[in-house]
Amino acid sequence: MRNKRSEGAMAAITWIGAILTIGILLYIIGFILIKGLPHLKPSLFALEYNSENVSMLPAIITTIIMTIIALIIAVPLGVCAAIYLVEYAKRGNKAVTLIRMTTETLSGIPSIVYGLFGLLFFVTYLGWGYSVLAGAFTMSIMILPLIIRSSEEALRAVPDSFREGSFGLGAGKLRTVAKIVLPTATPGILSGIILAVGRIVGETAALIYTAGTVAQIPVSPMQSARTLAVHMYALSSEGLHTNEAYATAVVLLIVVILINLASTKLAGRFGGKAQG
Amino acid sequence: MSYCFEIKGLDLFYGEFQALKNINMNIEEGGITAYIGPSGCGKSTLIKTLNRMNDLIEGCKITGEIKLFGEDIYGNMDVNVLRKRVGMVFQKPNPFPMSVYDNIAFGPRTHGTRSKAQLNQIVEESLQKAAIWDEVKDRLHKSALGLSGGQQQRLCIARALAVNPEVLLLDEPTSALDPISTGKIEELLLTLKEKYSIIIVTHNMQQATRISDNTAFFLLGEVIEYGKTEDLFAMPKDKRTEDYITGRFG
Repeated sequence: MRNKRSEGAMAAITWIGAILTIGILLYIIGFILIKGLPHLKPSLFALEYNSENVSMLPAIITTIIMTIIALIIAVPLGVCAAIYLVEYAKRGNKAVTLIRMTTETLSGIPSIVYGLFGLLFFVTYLGWGYSVLAGAFTMSIMILPLIIRSSEEALRAVPDSFREGSFGLGAGKLRTVAKIVLPTATPGILSGIILAVGRIVGETAALIYTAGTVAQIPVSPMQSARTLAVHMYALSSEGLHTNEAYATAVVLLIVVILINLASTKLAGRFGGKAQG
Repeated sequence: MSYCFEIKGLDLFYGEFQALKNINMNIEEGGITAYIGPSGCGKSTLIKTLNRMNDLIEGCKITGEIKLFGEDIYGNMDVNVLRKRVGMVFQKPNPFPMSVYDNIAFGPRTHGTRSKAQLNQIVEESLQKAAIWDEVKDRLHKSALGLSGGQQQRLCIARALAVNPEVLLLDEPTSALDPISTGKIEELLLTLKEKYSIIIVTHNMQQATRISDNTAFFLLGEVIEYGKTEDLFAMPKDKRTEDYITGRFG
């Protein structure tokens, strides 16, 4: 009898937990949509930002440029590091332990610390000033651990029987990795990259210190510019355009949800494939 | 009598554990040689030394000599060339996650065949040799993972044949298959033995008697008895062989 009662209580607690989680998420999404949607006007997508019309299009374009540059830097580095860890490094190798420790430490650092580092190193020491490039380099360091980790997992999920089959046909290590292992791991690696894109799109602190907050479309990567998240932060902190800040939040929310959906879908496809 | 493999004084260690003890064995060219014995007796380990797949295992040490048609395979021979000459089919079918065509063409492409016409010809010939052409000719460009287990294993045999090996190693190739698929693969091996030297590891003694010309019985890393299959099964010389084939252990 007592057993039954505690089981019932447990079920109730888990239910409450689940409902609260979903409830909070729905509340946030609903709140932002209700506050932001009415103010989402075509004029917010004008090419030019000025104090009468706080257009978010320059910020959207900056976000895209920033993401592309950061990925160009971080993806080759991260994927190569993961290939080294999984395919080349011998077990118990000291370098592997060191790289693992480094990536784990890096992934635990708050983004503001990356921002300060970027400010000291790229902006000041290298003399790049507040610029898209300094922001993108800072972002690439920030997402590197994520890309290494997800690529490593994707590569490890490739069954050894594929490698054996390839070696058994007289293919060397390089060919096996390039033609068999990497293509099989690609969906998993991609889903990691998409999550990294999500982190860049959502980042503010590290970017305010490195890319600055200029609200125009950057003509060169050496110019300062703000991404969508920074734009939203700037609008709401200035306090003059709160409604437009909510409208920006709607766009940001939609982008992040789409990114997460894409990542989940790719990861799901990957899981199904590895089993087959 | 010429031999494809001559093995002399082979010892193999995994770390401290000695998995093979002083193996001496000459394997006839042409025909099928079967390795039988209980699990963990070293038969799969031995077959993996013949194309140096055990190079991939950390802490694996080998002493002794293995010659492939007179050439020392642990000497100056390029391991990729060795594996081209000595093909391997694994216990679990392992087609690559790509089309049937690309699976077969992977080996020839690895070894430098680029011409489309030549590849087409190799793919068709290999699939025909492996008796699976009729089943897959209409779906060459679809994923190989959609085939049944038995078809996948014959595809893997075709893939091994596509690089034109001299010897074919099969590590319990039918243990994951149903009896009908097993029958098909056995028939296939009997036709292939005209052209290739075949070494097969099997758990299944009936299989060894049905298809092999010579049989070696392994126990605890040693070759207990090695000879003509009919002799070994009809009048085993060693008591342990007799116990094993009559089902007293294993």
